[in-house]
Amino acid sequence: MTTSIGRVRTPGLRAARNTATSFRYVALIVGALVMVTPFIYMVSTSFQSQAYVLTTPPQFIPNPATTSNYTQALSTQNFALYFVNSLIVAVISTGISVLLSSMMAYSFAKFSYRGKELIFRILLAGLTIPAVMLLIPQYILAKNFGLLDSLGGLIFFYVAGSLSLNTFLLRGFIAAVPAELDQAMQVDGANAWTRYWRLALPLAKPALATATIFTFLNGWDEYPIALTMLSNSDHFTLPLAIADYQGANSTQWGLVFAASLIAVIPVIIVFLVFQRYFVQGLTSGAVKG
Amino acid sequence: MSFYKWQIFNSSLSQWLGFGNYVRVFDDQHFWLSLMNSGIYMLATVIPQMAIGLFIAILLKRKSPVQPLFRVLFYLPVVTSWVVVSLLFKYLFADSGLVNFTLHDFLHLENSDISWLASRGTALAVICLLGIWKGVGWSMMIYLAALQGVPESLEEAAVMDGAGRWQRFRAVTLPAINPATVFLSVMLVIGGLNVFASVELITGGGPVGATDVVLSYMYTQAFTYLDFGYGSAIAAVLAVIVLVLALVQLRLFRSRNEEGLA
Repeated sequence: MTTSIGRVRTPGLRAARNTATSFRYVALIVGALVMVTPFIYMVSTSFQSQAYVLTTPPQFIPNPATTSNYTQALSTQNFALYFVNSLIVAVISTGISVLLSSMMAYSFAKFSYRGKELIFRILLAGLTIPAVMLLIPQYILAKNFGLLDSLGGLIFFYVAGSLSLNTFLLRGFIAAVPAELDQAMQVDGANAWTRYWRLALPLAKPALATATIFTFLNGWDEYPIALTMLSNSDHFTLPLAIADYQGANSTQWGLVFAASLIAVIPVIIVFLVFQRYFVQGLTSGAVKG
Repeated sequence: MSFYKWQIFNSSLSQWLGFGNYVRVFDDQHFWLSLMNSGIYMLATVIPQMAIGLFIAILLKRKSPVQPLFRVLFYLPVVTSWVVVSLLFKYLFADSGLVNFTLHDFLHLENSDISWLASRGTALAVICLLGIWKGVGWSMMIYLAALQGVPESLEEAAVMDGAGRWQRFRAVTLPAINPATVFLSVMLVIGGLNVFASVELITGGGPVGATDVVLSYMYTQAFTYLDFGYGSAIAAVLAVIVLVLALVQLRLFRSRNEEGLA
């Protein structure tokens, strides 16, 4: 009924809208193809035996398909160990960083004390310093504190590197917690700790999810710091191991990508689990903040 | 440190050089080349990332069942490690790789395979393309978040006033998402000058240092030649450049806003 009226009244407008919609989908699909094709090609290469890599025409569906790259990467190259190393570093640094930065954010959002503005500004300045520039001082620092070539040292620098952004993201969210709720809890005898733990944190869930994704991804994907800090291959994280692996087997692309995919899958899982909070978390943190 | 001829194995033997390292930086042809490369990377990646990111965000703004799927697909490169995507691009742009196949055998746009990584221009192009490809999803996400904050009443009012699509975009959407634009532009310029891993992994600065960027040059000086003092001086110069650029951008955006209000 309504459609027929619509058609009678505004055939031109309707046609224009349809064209716009199909243009939208065509553009999105082309874009998505550009984004995804390299990954599909990577997956397909990882199932090819060496003889079929970089042949013309390229194969998208491996024929014959083989899983030997995966078994070889997992068995001969200690990838299980690197996987665990990466997991330890990423999970622990995320836990510490999100906990610390949420406390800092709470203090910036809810308390007033001398020098608060100054400390916050220093923290923001931390956002503007590119990480790789700090490699040399970090290396010297690690050397002097005996943190070189240890996972603990890596965790320390990952936490330090993520505090600024996380605090900044979380502060916006915690500041938005209505003061009435705070006061109500205070009247009921709740101390600052309870208000932080029971009120601010649950309300800041989207921002916590965003901070968790950022920090976990950074810990899982980080390369330059790991490259300078770690020398014993028993301590390697996955990115370092993969880069090293490619350096040693420059043309064994099937193997390299099998190893890469083992590293990519956890981040996709983390992202899929947390992604529905993601846009929400960014909205009130980074953009309005 | 940047004022010393730093001795990494026994720092007490380090020799005071004053501004010696800095004089060396400014006389160093290779530093200028690497700074130029970093600059090219920054200029070539920042604006496309923001423009394409905004474009996709606008296409994805309306809620639909497929929106989350596209969001994830576009964000996939962002969550993937620089190491993995760098190696992937090295593979795609290899001499008989997928890109050459598409251009040569499939579209017949070129007569023979291009050795992408063998000369400075094409190698930088590959590195820049990687930067854009990997970063677009992030800009999209920030813009998507910002677009949700654009008040619908404003859009409706503009439609009432008979504003076309483009007018609405310029008069309503762009000003409303300005904070996101400032945030992105500052962060991406910093990120652009922070380029390191992709260069290190795709070309290793080669051929013969032609694609070195400032930080890969710094890395070589410090961790290959163990000249930590000189490496620090290079990093310090870059840090000053980054700081100045960030301040200039904030100033520019602020003054433009004030004009807009007046």
